[in-house]
Amino acid sequence: MLSPDEIDTRLERVLLSVQKPGRYVGGEVNSVRKDWDSAATRMALVFPDLYDLGISNLGIQILYDLVNARPDALAERAYAPWVDMEAQMRAHGIPLYSLESRHPLAAFDLVGFSLPYETLYTNTLNLLDLAGIPLRAAGRDERHPLIIAGGHACFNPEPMHAFMDAFVIGEGEEVLSEILDLLGRAKQRGQGRDDLLLDLARLPGVYVPRFYSAEYHPDGTLARVSPTRADVPAVVVKRMVAQLPPAPVKFIVPNIEAVHNRVAIEIMRGCTRGCRFCQAGMITRPVRERSVAEVVAAAEAAIQSSGFEELALLSLSSSDYTPILELVDAIGAKFAGRHLTVALPSLRIESVSVDLMEKLKGRRSSGFTLAPEAASERMRRIINKYIPDEQILATASEIYRRGWTTLKLYFMIGHPSETLEDVQAIIDLCRRVLAEGRRALGNRVKLHAGVSTFIPKPHTPFQWVAVDTPEQISAKQDLLKQGLRDRSIKLSWTEPQDTLLEAWLSRGDRRMAEVIHAAWRAGAKFDAWGEHFRYDLWLAAFQEQGLDPAFYTHRLRPPAEVFPWDHISDAVRRKFLLADYERSLAGEVRADCRESCYACGILPLFADERRAHPGEYWKCPEVKSPAASAPGGLP
Amino acid sequence: MRVRLTFSKTGSLRYIGHLDLHQVWERTARRAGLPLAYTQGFHPGPRLQIACALPLGIAGLAEVVDLWLDLPAEPPLSPQAGAEWQQALQAAAPPGLALLSLAQVDERSPALQTQVAAAEYRLSLPPGITGLDAQVHSLLDAPSLPRERRGKPYDLRPLIFSLERRDESLHMRLSMREGATGRPEEVLRVLGIDPAEARIERTRLVLKDEMD
Repeated sequence: MLSPDEIDTRLERVLLSVQKPGRYVGGEVNSVRKDWDSAATRMALVFPDLYDLGISNLGIQILYDLVNARPDALAERAYAPWVDMEAQMRAHGIPLYSLESRHPLAAFDLVGFSLPYETLYTNTLNLLDLAGIPLRAAGRDERHPLIIAGGHACFNPEPMHAFMDAFVIGEGEEVLSEILDLLGRAKQRGQGRDDLLLDLARLPGVYVPRFYSAEYHPDGTLARVSPTRADVPAVVVKRMVAQLPPAPVKFIVPNIEAVHNRVAIEIMRGCTRGCRFCQAGMITRPVRERSVAEVVAAAEAAIQSSGFEELALLSLSSSDYTPILELVDAIGAKFAGRHLTVALPSLRIESVSVDLMEKLKGRRSSGFTLAPEAASERMRRIINKYIPDEQILATASEIYRRGWTTLKLYFMIGHPSETLEDVQAIIDLCRRVLAEGRRALGNRVKLHAGVSTFIPKPHTPFQWVAVDTPEQISAKQDLLKQGLRDRSIKLSWTEPQDTLLEAWLSRGDRRMAEVIHAAWRAGAKFDAWGEHFRYDLWLAAFQEQGLDPAFYTHRLRPPAEVFPWDHISDAVRRKFLLADYERSLAGEVRADCRESCYACGILPLFADERRAHPGEYWKCPEVKSPAASAPGGLP
Repeated sequence: MRVRLTFSKTGSLRYIGHLDLHQVWERTARRAGLPLAYTQGFHPGPRLQIACALPLGIAGLAEVVDLWLDLPAEPPLSPQAGAEWQQALQAAAPPGLALLSLAQVDERSPALQTQVAAAEYRLSLPPGITGLDAQVHSLLDAPSLPRERRGKPYDLRPLIFSLERRDESLHMRLSMREGATGRPEEVLRVLGIDPAEARIERTRLVLKDEMD
């Protein structure tokens, strides 16, 4: 294994021959370099995409702080080198290394991949390969680091089951510490890998795929995924932190331009809206809100320590943050005149949102973004994001009248039962919004319509739904392209092939692992980057494995079909999702669950946590019953 | 108030480009609590001028930057306050950025970029080069050194103000005016040395009023 000095020497020789060498040298303010030899447990946190994107990932930042705060552990980072750098690294025998100390990844005890989206899977394989670590969990032993993954994509871990020793399901803040404890003890006692993995599998929220096996029906559908031994759980329930730990304030500051250059403070986790297409809204329940004082203090400390020029206040639905007005006033008062941009994404479509943005509008104001997601009232009921047209038009008009010249509207096509009329409604709505804008600002007004394609994600009420075929998607996109041809309108869309890949990867079962492996062997990587995505490689990989891609994406699933992710629980009951899906088919909306509890399943599973944290911090009803009578939960 | 700082840019910061260095200064000043002044207009930006771009990979040992602060020029910056600012900036700077001096300059003095006259370089040479002294002599004796850059011919000789060998390194002072910039790699090529084999450092920027 190369030493950090040897890696350094080789790097010197290649860095000037690649684009943006600053991606590969570390040395950022607030990066942490601890003494290698005195840390008992060493973890590499890997974001398997380009540095420019990964550097602003909040999940990595949270875990980096958490691990480095422990006296007995250290965390360092690695990202995916761009293709030019990868070629140089392979040519000069430079393995994937950590930015802080330049140790090869293989020298760490634990390597944790962040997998927020599925198109990172081939990059993950590529990075393991570049690190000289066997790709398959079965090919690794005591000489190799433990390889784990976490992040939203891991709510269906099966497509990556062959490559990971373990997955973290749900929020990582507490469970990662427990994993480090186990690992530290295992190292001290010289515990074998199999033994350690068994300990991990018994840790709540940790899925160790080698202790489970999948059986299939003759028609190829899944019969069950079940444990192969009695001492691991049949269903792995996600982890959830009852009280959000303090927000990170020591943001790593890149020395080169990144995609996001900002402090990001999570004001709230979870969402009570229940939009049926939204996976994040289901898997991040319950809603927990930080206090205004905590957010403002964290923002102040983070701006001070990072020097960033932008502050983003993040949540899935900022308008629903209870003290939003108070927060915006406090942030405005604190940061006015300090040449900062404040971003408050995910606002509801209502005039109050315009007031909020007005208060935060600094001198560098960008466009205003709203996400109606659907344009016909029928479709808005189906997806459970009901906003009347008049409200959208009034809000748009207000935005333009207050001087924003660009409005971005996000929609999706491919919702269940969608027809060309529903797509035409997107065109009509955009035209009407543009007319409002012209009335307010004249011809300099701009509209940006971003239209992505719906993918029925695991753990949502729409998980039974089929993805549109490429022909259906193209027909809808053609209609949009024709109908929105206007010099004031910019239309962007997702290529049908990109949608299909994401759909296969997010809905796949264990057999998909072989497809991913075959596609990577054939050269697939950076699949989320248009110029690198090779659809043909994926089709060939399916063929090589004797699998039909349409099986995964274009079937309407019967209610009883077993899903590859059924043994992974986000605490929301399948029964609740199915009932909500049926309501959707009947065109019935379900109100915000802050108004009344619909018993999604969170409270019975996390009754103890709720009892321990009473009051307004959680947005679920309080649990008053004594702990003993908890099983069964709410009526 | 306008202040002039000299600084070194070494280590991993050598791989950070000119535009990114602007951003590094803006953030360093914000972390240090120094109130940078901003330009007016649609896209306000911090008012700062870096004397001249340093090519990627080359360490700069005495680079110069001017920062405008949202503070009155009078009363003048006391040496003590200047030292405190320098300390605060140093504490806020990323690894590889070292503050060497800080002093107030006249607000009305011309743009820093127009005041650079020359740059001095130290080039550490690979071992085993023979006959270098003779090469240096003949280069200095040459009345002209016709070279080409991006398809355009130019004479390198008048851009070389001094060139001297000291043990295993070459020291040179090259012209650094707009449209008349001598490049150390070109000098190496004339001497028959592959620039990739040498380690180049820019040891000093010479401003017009400092020229002998």
